[in-house]
Amino acid sequence: MDRRSVLKVAGVVSAAATALVAMPRLAMAAYTEKAFKAKGGADALQNVYGANATTPSDQVKLKAPDIAENGAVVPVEVETDMQAESIAILIDGNPSPLALTADIPAGTKGLVKTRCRMGKTTNVTAVVKSGGKLYTASKEVKVTIGGCGG
Amino acid sequence: MSSIRIKAKERKGEVDVKCLMKHDMETGLRKDKSGKKIPEHWIQDVTAELNGKAVFSCAFNTSISKDPYLAFAFSGKKGDTLKVSWKDNTGATDSAETQIK
Repeated sequence: MDRRSVLKVAGVVSAAATALVAMPRLAMAAYTEKAFKAKGGADALQNVYGANATTPSDQVKLKAPDIAENGAVVPVEVETDMQAESIAILIDGNPSPLALTADIPAGTKGLVKTRCRMGKTTNVTAVVKSGGKLYTASKEVKVTIGGCGG
Repeated sequence: MSSIRIKAKERKGEVDVKCLMKHDMETGLRKDKSGKKIPEHWIQDVTAELNGKAVFSCAFNTSISKDPYLAFAFSGKKGDTLKVSWKDNTGATDSAETQIK
C-alpha cells in the first residue's frame, strides 16, 4: 500500500468516526482544519462531505454581485427549495477556497447569507447537500480590489 | 455589551434572523507596519439555538469578512428565545439572546 492509499483509508475511517460521533448531536457544523485549510475546492468538499462529485442544479440559487468593487466585503447568498442538509460556499481563487459550511436541520430553511472576502476575480460556488448528493451553482464575481490582506 | 447583534422577526411561521458579530477576522495574511504577519484570529463556529435546541450551525473560514454578517431562517413563532453564540480560534466565545418578534 503506498502512502496515498494509506491516507485515503485513514480519511475514510476518520470521516466514518466523525459521522458516528456527530450523529447523536444532530450533525453540527464544526470547523475542521483539514477542510478549511485545503488548497483546492474538490479537496475541501472531500474533507467536509467525504465526496466531491457534484451536480450543477438550477434549484441551488446563488446570489452574488457581478462586480465586487471591494473584495473585502462581497455579499453572497445561497438559497434552495430542496430539503437541504448542509450548505457550503466555495471561493475558488482564494488561498483556501472553503469559506463557510452550514448545517441545516429539519425545520430550518435552506438559506444562508453572509459577506465574504475575495482575493481576485474568480468563481463563487454554492454547494447544497440534499439526499446525500451534492448540488452546485457557480457564478463569476469580478473583483477590482482584493480583500485578502497584503 | 455582547459582540453580537441579532434581529429575529417572525412572518407567516418563518423566522428570519440577521446577526452581526463584531470580530476582527484576521486572515493571517495581512502584515503590520513593520512587515510582520498579523496572526490569524477568526470566528470558527457559530451556533444558533431556539429554546436550547440547535436550529442552525455553521463554520467560518478566514475568508468571511471582518465583523461577520450572517442571515438564516427557520420555522418558529413569536416570543421564543433565540441564542446565538460563536467561538474563535483562540477559544474565546461570546453569545447573545433575543426574543423573536
